[in-house]
Amino acid sequence: MSEPILQIKDLSVEVENRPILHNVNLTINKGETHVLFGPNGNGKTTLLMTIMGAPKYKVTHGEIYFKGQNITSMPMDERARMGLGMSVQRPPVVRGVKTRDMVAVCSRGKDTPEELEGIIRSTNLIELMDRDINYGFSGGEIKRSELAQLLAQKPDLVLLDEPESGVDLVNISLIGHLINQLLQKKHPIRERERSGLIITHTGHILEYVDARTGYVLLGGTIICEGDPHEILKTIVKKGYEECRKCMA
Amino acid sequence: MHGLNTEDLYREKAKEASTKPSRFGEDIDLDNYEHNAEEMPYYSDPSKLPLDAKQQMLQTGVIVDNNVQRSGTIIQMDHSVIHSSVADPGIEIMSTLNALEKYEWLRSYYWKAVAVDTDKYTAHVELNPGNGYFIRSLPGSKTVFPVQACLYIGKKNLAQSVHNIIIAEEGSELHIITGCTTSPHEEAAMHLGISEFYVKKNAKISFTMIHNWTPQVAVRPRTGIIIEENGIYLSNYVIMRPVKSLQTNPIARCIGRNTVCRFNSVVVTPPGSNIDLGSQVILDGEGSRTEIISRTITTGGSIVARGYIEGNAPNVKGHLECRGLILKGGGRIHAIPELKGNLAGIDLSHEAAVGKIAEEEVEYLMMRGLTRDEATAAIVRGFLRVDIEGLPEELDEQIKKAVEIAEKDLM
Repeated sequence: MSEPILQIKDLSVEVENRPILHNVNLTINKGETHVLFGPNGNGKTTLLMTIMGAPKYKVTHGEIYFKGQNITSMPMDERARMGLGMSVQRPPVVRGVKTRDMVAVCSRGKDTPEELEGIIRSTNLIELMDRDINYGFSGGEIKRSELAQLLAQKPDLVLLDEPESGVDLVNISLIGHLINQLLQKKHPIRERERSGLIITHTGHILEYVDARTGYVLLGGTIICEGDPHEILKTIVKKGYEECRKCMA
Repeated sequence: MHGLNTEDLYREKAKEASTKPSRFGEDIDLDNYEHNAEEMPYYSDPSKLPLDAKQQMLQTGVIVDNNVQRSGTIIQMDHSVIHSSVADPGIEIMSTLNALEKYEWLRSYYWKAVAVDTDKYTAHVELNPGNGYFIRSLPGSKTVFPVQACLYIGKKNLAQSVHNIIIAEEGSELHIITGCTTSPHEEAAMHLGISEFYVKKNAKISFTMIHNWTPQVAVRPRTGIIIEENGIYLSNYVIMRPVKSLQTNPIARCIGRNTVCRFNSVVVTPPGSNIDLGSQVILDGEGSRTEIISRTITTGGSIVARGYIEGNAPNVKGHLECRGLILKGGGRIHAIPELKGNLAGIDLSHEAAVGKIAEEEVEYLMMRGLTRDEATAAIVRGFLRVDIEGLPEELDEQIKKAVEIAEKDLM
């Protein structure tokens, strides 16, 4: 059996003194992709941001282990250099920092200029390369730019916050293809170095990306864990009301 | 003043304005400075200049050791033009005094773009003439490499007096890089520089000025630009080193139809520096366009960033952007964008923002693995990056280099 890349133990988190997550437990093994379902405002983004180490998310209880190391108090940039990468939903515009520069920064010298050019081409970002990062980008362009940065960063654990939201039907298959590339899906699971945790609100991304385990996060607590397709089917059919019954 | 010839008239006007304070900036007492300087030796080979002077010049983009990528060079030290050479047959370069002797017609350009009685500083230059440069691109000529000009103060406590005249004749293209600097000994001095630009029909001037002063120097440049039909004027101004007091507010008059005028300025003020920098564009020609962009950073100094656009003709368009970052406590940025429209059908806009670096942006870069310091440096570098259209690649590189040198001190 593969070793765990991420272990979350009894994690409770608050944001600006407001408790959001309560006793969350979760384990992802190397090479696996897991998905998080849940209605808006129930803590999905908080969980990803806490794993990433964003400063405003305060861990009040529990621990996060990444590659066997307790990273609960580790600064965000150190976590990134250790192999954690995240695509955010609404990244800020950074005026004067070009998309091209951002992709190069993420690579930290791991790619040749030709390889970086290849990433830019494969994410269909050529026209945006000399534009300030995220400036005037459409929903789909933001997702592709985030994925280009992650493809250059090559993190061992990829955290994706709603990669399909705001993306049209033409672009969603490209997004799915890029996520598969990022998560080395063409390799058998035992050979994969990368793992993923994906938030999905609609479940559309599961049509393109295979996942091993799904969770439902309600009221800041994981109330369900199982086959992601089965969970999605239940949610589509009966809504999160059915999930709430499990909480009772 | 009837019966006076033009030269006498200017002197009379200057005398009347000799105590007239400037509209902006602190009042500098000119009596605190010396007004005369000894004649300096002429260098036919500028690479023979003293090493410390060459190094100071280099920081402003003026290269004297290997100037193959320049269309010409002119260097004024104190009040002496110590070198002048030209490498392009389409260009004339000489000291202003020589040019006035050579060309009688040049008198009609003298004090036309800048009024002699603007304030006591313009008056001082008329009453205490130093020298200056005359640069002219001949009709239809197009230079590939920029002309470089350096104004250097070597004498302690000198009020350097400079009067420059730059003319791009019809259909010509002229690129100039001017470096203004002093000896590295951090002595008190003052620089008074008049620059009058004339962009003729279908002509283009790009003018890049890099200032590299020391903390005891006061600076009062006075600049006027007149742009004729289809003319283009691009100005890039960079100051990132300490200066005691600098105030300037160039004015461009777009008198012809379909002219283009663009001012970009990049300003950094460390503690003790006091800068009041503006740009004014008067759109009198139908269909003319302008853009004024200023990026200011304070690490403890004071900056007033002014911008003024006036629309007086149909279908003119102007945009003004003042953005300021306060990186350290004690600094102050005062952005004053102003627009004035005098008829229907014009399109003027502005945006101004002053503040700190957004934490959200720092965290975004840290999420990609940059340390806090690296993330801050990348944002500051991006902030100072002003994309300049129409500049030769070499000149663009020079501006980038000036910004990079200053960045190291900034962080």
